[in-house]
Amino acid sequence: MTGAGLELRRVRKSFDDRPVLDDISLVVRPGEFVSIVGPSGAGKSTILNLLTGRLTPDGGEMLHDGVPLASGSYRFAFMPQRDALLPWLRIIDNTTLGLEVAGMKRKAARARVAPLFAEFGLDGFERHFPAQLSGGMRQRAALLRTVVQGKAVLLVDEPFGALDALTRTQMQQWLAAMWMRHRWTVLLITHDVREAALLSDRVYVLSARPARIARTIPVWLPHPRPAAGSPEVATVEAEILNTLFNPEF
Amino acid sequence: MWKAYAFLSALARALGHAGPALLSVVTLIVGWEAYVHFSGISPTVLPAPSRVLAQAYEHRQTLAGHGVATLQATAFGFASSLLAAFLFSLLVDFFPQLRRALFPVFIITQTLPLIAIAPLIVLWFGFGLMPKIVLVALITFFPMLVALVQGYAATDRDIEALLASMGASRWRIFVTARLPSSLPYFFAGLRISITYAVVGAIFSEYAGAARGLGIYILNAKNNFRPDLVLAAVLVSSTLTLALFGATVLIQRAAMPWTRLSEESR
Repeated sequence: MTGAGLELRRVRKSFDDRPVLDDISLVVRPGEFVSIVGPSGAGKSTILNLLTGRLTPDGGEMLHDGVPLASGSYRFAFMPQRDALLPWLRIIDNTTLGLEVAGMKRKAARARVAPLFAEFGLDGFERHFPAQLSGGMRQRAALLRTVVQGKAVLLVDEPFGALDALTRTQMQQWLAAMWMRHRWTVLLITHDVREAALLSDRVYVLSARPARIARTIPVWLPHPRPAAGSPEVATVEAEILNTLFNPEF
Repeated sequence: MWKAYAFLSALARALGHAGPALLSVVTLIVGWEAYVHFSGISPTVLPAPSRVLAQAYEHRQTLAGHGVATLQATAFGFASSLLAAFLFSLLVDFFPQLRRALFPVFIITQTLPLIAIAPLIVLWFGFGLMPKIVLVALITFFPMLVALVQGYAATDRDIEALLASMGASRWRIFVTARLPSSLPYFFAGLRISITYAVVGAIFSEYAGAARGLGIYILNAKNNFRPDLVLAAVLVSSTLTLALFGATVLIQRAAMPWTRLSEESR
């Protein structure tokens, strides 16, 4: 039953007797790209807050590599909605933030991050402030800050929601390429059905609140998937949409 | 060379911004001067601006001495007020229940009429620097505290969630996120409070002091010298404007990211 990676079993959570998560079970194996798609207000953020340790579940189990998650263990790297770059820190200091909070000396943290700037398309922007960067560049800096922490799982919350449609598509293609190269273990929370279909190995579709897993949709298509005009991706999209609109389907 | 050019163009831009304000001030002074000349009003009632300036120049050494005393009272009073406001803002941020205990008391301090409280403070603390410091602090403490507390509350929730996910302590989150978030609020409060601070210092001197613009104004008034009263007002206004300008410069230096983002837009 147990295995490597992240596993949620029958997790429940209520706020003041108002159930938000009814029964959430899901698995993210090492190197997998898994998405959770749900209607707004379904409890996607609650799942993230449970995984980042801000909340504790009322029932069920949360396991990582077969071991229950202790509170205060901070095993996962979190990439919040929008980019959450600190406006008063230069890009280099934003990207080393996680390492420095974990106790690494600034110099060592910079040495760890510096070689990655070129790969993330941020070369020459180390000394810039976030406000001087475009939306896409800010997202790449936020992802760099997330992956450089070297955590086992990346928790990514609606990363491209604030971008314009064209930039969003470009960023999705870029993320797919980066993921293919590094094979991070990713749990993506999104309400962008196309994004989930393009990037994921498996999609969990949530029901409306209180949330259950309405359906698990494996996506067997090879990566990377074309940004436009693939009938296979369109089929997956349709499947996700059908589940969202007809949860009992 | 390039630097000199950039400086000159910045100066020209600043003058362009200041132009309308300068024009209205000049118009006011010219109108006042003309009125005094053509109405034949006595200088012991309304002195002309030219007379005020001439008297200010003649008494420049006395005025400077009193001005320095007022500046001292303002600086010490405002510095202790800032320190106290920061310490209490920390307390309130880390122990929110304290807010309900302390804020009503602070609000009451803001309702005290200056005119009643200033003589009492002089009575309690004497004619030296202390009563001025107390009065300036009393006036400026609460606005600064409110500015800081509001600034902390304006912190982006996503940033706090991010830092928490990294395992940051409450103190680390405060230093890394909440404190920098409060800076715009802090400086907005600072700009308003610094003008109150000068007024407060002068008022406490007016209520009783050995030195300072307040006591100078009182003496000039009692000697029927409105020209000297206005000369002291000129000094205090200049002082306030200089302090105001200093806060703007400090803000620019302390928050370079806001300036850069304006330039790139």
